[in-house]
Amino acid sequence: MTSKIHAAARVAVLATLVAAIGPTTAARAQDATLLNVSYDPTRELYQAINSSFIASYKQKTGKTIAINQSHGGSGKQARAVIDGLEADVVTLALAYDVDAVQESGLITPGWQKRLPQNSAPYTSTVVFVVRKGNPKGIKDWPDLLKPGVAIITANPKTSGGARWNYLAAWGYALRQPGGDEAKARAFVTELYKRVPVLDSGARGSTTTFVQRGIGDVLLAWENEAILAVNELGKDKLEIVAPSVSILAEPPVTVVDKVVDKRGTRAAAQAYLEYLYTPEGQEIVARNFYRPRLASVAAKYASQFPKVKLLTIDEAFGGWTKAQKTHFADGGVFDQLYQPGK
Amino acid sequence: MRRALTEPPLVRGALLAVALVFLAIFLVMPLVAVFAQALEKGFGAYLTALREPDAWAAIRLTLLTAAIAVPMNLAFGLAASWAIAKFEFPGKGTLLTLIDLPFAVSPVISGMIFVLLFGRQGLLGPFLGAHDVKVIFAVPGIVLATVFVTFPFVARELIPVMQALGNEEEEAARVLGAGGWQIFFRVTLPNVKWGVLYGVILCNARAMGEFGAVSVVSGHIRGLTNTIPLHVEILYNEYNFQAAFAVASLLAFLALVTLLAKSVVEWRSGRAARPEAPVREAA
Amino acid sequence: MSSASPRRRVLPGFGLTLGFTLLYLSLIVLVPLSTLALRTASMGWGPFWATVTSPRVLASYRLTFGASLAAAALNGVFGLVVAWVLARHRFPGQKVVDALVDLPFALPTAVAGIALTSLYSPNGWFGRPLEAMGLKVAFTPLGIVVALTFIGLPFVVRTLQPVIEDLDVEVEEAAASLGAGRRQTFAHVILPALFPAWLTGFALAFARALGEYGSVVFIAGNMPMRTEITSLLIITKLEQYDYAGATAIAVVMLVASFLLLGAINRLQSWASRRGAAA
Repeated sequence: MTSKIHAAARVAVLATLVAAIGPTTAARAQDATLLNVSYDPTRELYQAINSSFIASYKQKTGKTIAINQSHGGSGKQARAVIDGLEADVVTLALAYDVDAVQESGLITPGWQKRLPQNSAPYTSTVVFVVRKGNPKGIKDWPDLLKPGVAIITANPKTSGGARWNYLAAWGYALRQPGGDEAKARAFVTELYKRVPVLDSGARGSTTTFVQRGIGDVLLAWENEAILAVNELGKDKLEIVAPSVSILAEPPVTVVDKVVDKRGTRAAAQAYLEYLYTPEGQEIVARNFYRPRLASVAAKYASQFPKVKLLTIDEAFGGWTKAQKTHFADGGVFDQLYQPGK
Repeated sequence: MRRALTEPPLVRGALLAVALVFLAIFLVMPLVAVFAQALEKGFGAYLTALREPDAWAAIRLTLLTAAIAVPMNLAFGLAASWAIAKFEFPGKGTLLTLIDLPFAVSPVISGMIFVLLFGRQGLLGPFLGAHDVKVIFAVPGIVLATVFVTFPFVARELIPVMQALGNEEEEAARVLGAGGWQIFFRVTLPNVKWGVLYGVILCNARAMGEFGAVSVVSGHIRGLTNTIPLHVEILYNEYNFQAAFAVASLLAFLALVTLLAKSVVEWRSGRAARPEAPVREAA
Repeated sequence: MSSASPRRRVLPGFGLTLGFTLLYLSLIVLVPLSTLALRTASMGWGPFWATVTSPRVLASYRLTFGASLAAAALNGVFGLVVAWVLARHRFPGQKVVDALVDLPFALPTAVAGIALTSLYSPNGWFGRPLEAMGLKVAFTPLGIVVALTFIGLPFVVRTLQPVIEDLDVEVEEAAASLGAGRRQTFAHVILPALFPAWLTGFALAFARALGEYGSVVFIAGNMPMRTEITSLLIITKLEQYDYAGATAIAVVMLVASFLLLGAINRLQSWASRRGAAA
């Protein structure tokens, strides 16, 4: 009896091992593999970029390349890279997260100057998603504070996207006639009082708004908003662009220590540069990010409403300062966000 | 005889109703919800979601992880239960509590400690980096985190069974001249085989389903370091709810198979031989 | 080691098995866990204390302990009923129901989390009618209690069930023959006999709930100060590159778990002694 069990167990274990190892070790005959560690809303973008780049790289150099993707919250992804996730390139939500990787010694200082336009080959901004027909009549930032409006956004302490939301609201209030720090603070405080669910990631808050039916307005990246409306129901949702918003510049860079160790610098560099080519920019626009290249931008102009865009540098004096003032433990967000008080 | 001791029919009915309604709300409905949403778009869409290459890669990795973690913890469980059940030694109580510890540690902490140990900035990070050994964000890290969270299952299942059996048979075999391994394979193992199987089944279920700890050490590389539960989360975050629930239904199905296997083991081993409480199953 | 039993001389393998046990325990559990202590030690007592007693962290302890306690209490009541029905009653489909009780052991917590969220969110099967009655479950502390109840149920049932099965029927008969009503018998004879096992089950469900993460994050809503559990706070700290803060909170949770486990083990040996004495 025992021996029968043993034999059976042995066979089962062997079978699983074979099933598990067999196919993974096959099908890996590339000249190089790149790992792109990115944040949540770029899955669809990089799926398209990867297949297009692989074909173009093969044509140009004759080399076959494979690209692996990892997605998650921007801060979490940066932390994984710092802790040893061997990313050849990082394409994150904010420069602050790349700075964190740089501080750990993996990226050389001055990375933001290595590629054109602050190393951000595409941009986005923060817009509103409302229920079909805009029942609460939300047109611009002040409408968010109308009585009975529930706002969905993620927690800016854990979500890069939510930080852009927060700063967009702050920047709007600051730039109003007679606006100052105190007024901005009061505005943002009021705004967060109307948030019933504070998800830890941007995608979580979209799910809460769309799938769970909670809230009247969702603050989201423009690309996420268009994607969500297309994927989850044009008949249920619509997008509203505020008068003023923030210019979100998600940066990309090569992780120097990793590419030097793995000998992948050329491929990694080519990969990022591809994002700036007309083909790359075309894919960027098709995935609802705002392209940098004027010709592509003109072609897709109807897709992106005209919004006055503030930059982090002019409104907040750069990411490091914004992060420290607003989102560090004990910072402005912690002070103004006191639920139940 | 029993009749005098049971409650009046009305109370009986009420108790039964309360128990069944409670179980229906808290246990059955979540299960139904998983399958209902998995099949929301029909059986074809369900199969498509399962045939996707990334889903397959996740399934393979999960099977591989369980195939390594379960035998490791089985070996540990057998050794620990032999030492603890057959011998008296000081510090046994503390040892038992330490064995239980992974049950009560938050899965998040279980993942984090391996990052602190093997991460690039961790204690062994520089050494591993210099020798180009990848532990976390690769398969070894996922296996280690899984071994950690499923650590006590077999041991805690076996210890009471062995304790209940006592040492007489082994001692008799010893007197008759049997060697240690002989005693173990000929006498002890046949006696505890159902307990072993029971522990292995539970250990396996947890190994395949672990989310929190694995999530911290995985790196989430599509097709390489995503297990089934992580793949569910990814699909969920891609607004692909039907596919998320389809893959989740695999795990729910695994849970049902686990329950069935447990019932069979209990039935084969006879209710009496069943360790008096699965108190030790998890925590 | 001189106190080792004379049995040791009879059966072989003590050194080998204990050695392997200790080695494996150290490698897999103790060494990794000690990194927590090391990390925390590097931060010094003052910052440590400030971190683990900041208002947001305190709020998360209150929530985690409160919701775990509520869930364990809920399981204490309904788990007792379930265990009683399974042990004492015979009804069609009993085997299936009995097997089903273990579902939370077998179902991955993340799956449980998304299933419960879809059921209890305002447009879910349960959420809609509950919302109509003015009761919000998902994204409130109540939702956390629901998830933790799901996780903890089998502990109470499986601890109580065998004890109920082993209850000495004669004692109940004696009580009945002395004129005690069923209710009196239950309150004065049965409950006291079940109490140690009940308390163990309760404590196990509680301990399990304290560390739960996967099923809770989906349904909690994760509002700082209101529905943010301690495990989530650890992740939040990690994502802000605050390793010391994360490990500090982890150490607090670890110590709580360890104490609770020690208490449970003591409780169990007390219960089994009582059982043996009866």
